[in-house]
Amino acid sequence: MKTLASTGATSPLPPWQYTRARIAAITREAPGVQTYALAIDEPERDRLLASQPGQFNMVYLPGIGEAAISIASAPGEHPILHTVRAVGNVTNHLAGMTVDDELLLRGPYGNPWPLQELVGADLIIAAGGVGLASVRAAICQAVVNRQYFGRVAVLFGAKTPADLFYQADCEAWQAAGIDVEHIVDQPCDGWNGPTGFVHQLLADQPMTAATAIITCGPEAMMRALATAAFARGLPPDRFWLSMERNMHCAAGFCGLCQFGSEFVCKDGPVFRHDQIARFLEVHQL
Amino acid sequence: MPDTPAFWISEADLQRLFDCLRAAGFQTVAPQVRDGAVIYDRLDEAAGLPHGLVDEQDGGYYRLTQHPDAGPFEHVAGPHSLKNFLFPPQETIQQWRRQEGSWQQLNTQTAPEALAVIGPRACDLAALAIQDRVFLEGDFVDPFYQARRERLFLVAINCRRAAATCFCHSMNCGPEVTAGYDLLLTPVDKRYVVEIGSAAGEQIAQQLRAEATLCTPADLTLARKVSQTLAEQMATRPHTPVRRALTTAEGTPASTQPDAAPVPRSLDTENIRDLLFDNLQADRWDEIASRCLSCGNCTMVCPTCFCSSVQEVADLAGDEVTRERHWASCFTLEHSQIHGENPRPTTAAQYRQWLTHKLAGWIDQFGSSGCTGCGRCITWCPVGIDLTEEVAAIREEAS
Repeated sequence: MKTLASTGATSPLPPWQYTRARIAAITREAPGVQTYALAIDEPERDRLLASQPGQFNMVYLPGIGEAAISIASAPGEHPILHTVRAVGNVTNHLAGMTVDDELLLRGPYGNPWPLQELVGADLIIAAGGVGLASVRAAICQAVVNRQYFGRVAVLFGAKTPADLFYQADCEAWQAAGIDVEHIVDQPCDGWNGPTGFVHQLLADQPMTAATAIITCGPEAMMRALATAAFARGLPPDRFWLSMERNMHCAAGFCGLCQFGSEFVCKDGPVFRHDQIARFLEVHQL
Repeated sequence: MPDTPAFWISEADLQRLFDCLRAAGFQTVAPQVRDGAVIYDRLDEAAGLPHGLVDEQDGGYYRLTQHPDAGPFEHVAGPHSLKNFLFPPQETIQQWRRQEGSWQQLNTQTAPEALAVIGPRACDLAALAIQDRVFLEGDFVDPFYQARRERLFLVAINCRRAAATCFCHSMNCGPEVTAGYDLLLTPVDKRYVVEIGSAAGEQIAQQLRAEATLCTPADLTLARKVSQTLAEQMATRPHTPVRRALTTAEGTPASTQPDAAPVPRSLDTENIRDLLFDNLQADRWDEIASRCLSCGNCTMVCPTCFCSSVQEVADLAGDEVTRERHWASCFTLEHSQIHGENPRPTTAAQYRQWLTHKLAGWIDQFGSSGCTGCGRCITWCPVGIDLTEEVAAIREEAS
């Protein structure tokens, strides 16, 4: 089997050891969503860059708090990219920061997308809203290793056309032979694309014995996608999803991110559907 | 350390134990009475131990009663456990200072004091082993827990009575202390058989043993008999939890005779992981929620509950930041809160999280139950919710 070039073992910074990072650039992606390019201080830069697609960093703003943020950039890419929706205490403060401001980082943490295992697969990468950030590194890896995958499709759903981001990336991915489909549930004048939710895009995708799905987005979206995929015959062990819970220490000490038997911070955030199916079907677990 | 001779000490020798431990550089922590309960705190004088007191416990009920003949260790588990010392309710983990736009971490960590805790029971040592697996044996090591754990000396005590809330026998965590101690005291009449469990224990024992009588094999048999007798009592008492009125009509405890008829609980652990995970939608969770106040007492007194969160404490300018780690409870909304939504907003969901984590998820996470059968969560629940009863009810609903 082909060994994907940029997949390497990581040695994360333990809690609560940080490296300094400087905001090198801020890109406005969509209302409330910005991408922060973070220049990482030596000596820990290499540890932070040795991430795998699907992992996350803890972004720490002293006096404000810490938040788990997916790594949007490809492994090894510097500066590191974090695409963040301003929605909580830390992320709202981050939205008020400017280029050259300093913050603290530790990571990379968590269970990555199983791309190595999926060499040869027909990949459907589905994302809802800012969940696209969590699969961006996986898409980048699929682009770099395009010949080692079959059909690759990116299905991206957002609330409105204005919430669709990574437009330049999407064009580049399409140019690299990836089928990119968009859908919104609140269309506006001039929207020519489909209206609805991400799982509805699945209907037009071929489903083969080689198909595998990886997805990140709101839990309701991922549930609907799983239901639609399984109805078309996808086995649950070919469906991976990235869960979100209250990831606070990222080391399995604090207990706040538990989901059934799982610590989402270290057993996840990426899970294979069949491994957590008994918990996914329970309301308010 | 089987070849190290055990020996006898008298109650009068207990002060020498304190003195030897302090001379060896330990701060001594021992049980004592505060606010009507036996708690653990610094103690230098054996006279401060809870002599002549017995704790009567049941669901939502804890009273100390006078028993002039009772020795200083006749009480069983109180509201404190070793957790309070190794993983304290609140601690400063870091301090940061902003200077010219850049954050500097202040070097404020000092080595913790070496503690010698006198009094933990079999269930307490089992709980410590469970917390060790959480904080020391995973992918990461908790540096704060580790520093205190490495400096800990344990003088364990074998129980010779059980409260009605005790069910350590069900969890295979007691009543006999079998491992994890430096010194072990087994009360026999008014004396104690002292056994040595570590090299550090041997160092202290050498000083204590100087004037002591060494134990014969018959003496050790006598010591073992203490736990055997208690284990038999616990196992042969009725298995159905008996709920009694907390108080009589006159407002006095229904029973002031602690040894009259305490009925230790038991917990049927057979297939308990699947029982709970297969019944996450049981009606019983809502029924429990109609009684549960979601106060979080059970999580505070539980010797293994390890949830915590880190709070940022900043000065007004935001340039001086102290990070305080404090215990968190799955009975609060903050525990599971993520942006804009709360995965477990109801008491039923919170209690289910607590019980299924303790008795089922823990097995997947750490290879053992998270429960030692100490019974603290039963005693300190203000409405007397009894997890052994709840598991039995879920088992019944499932059958």
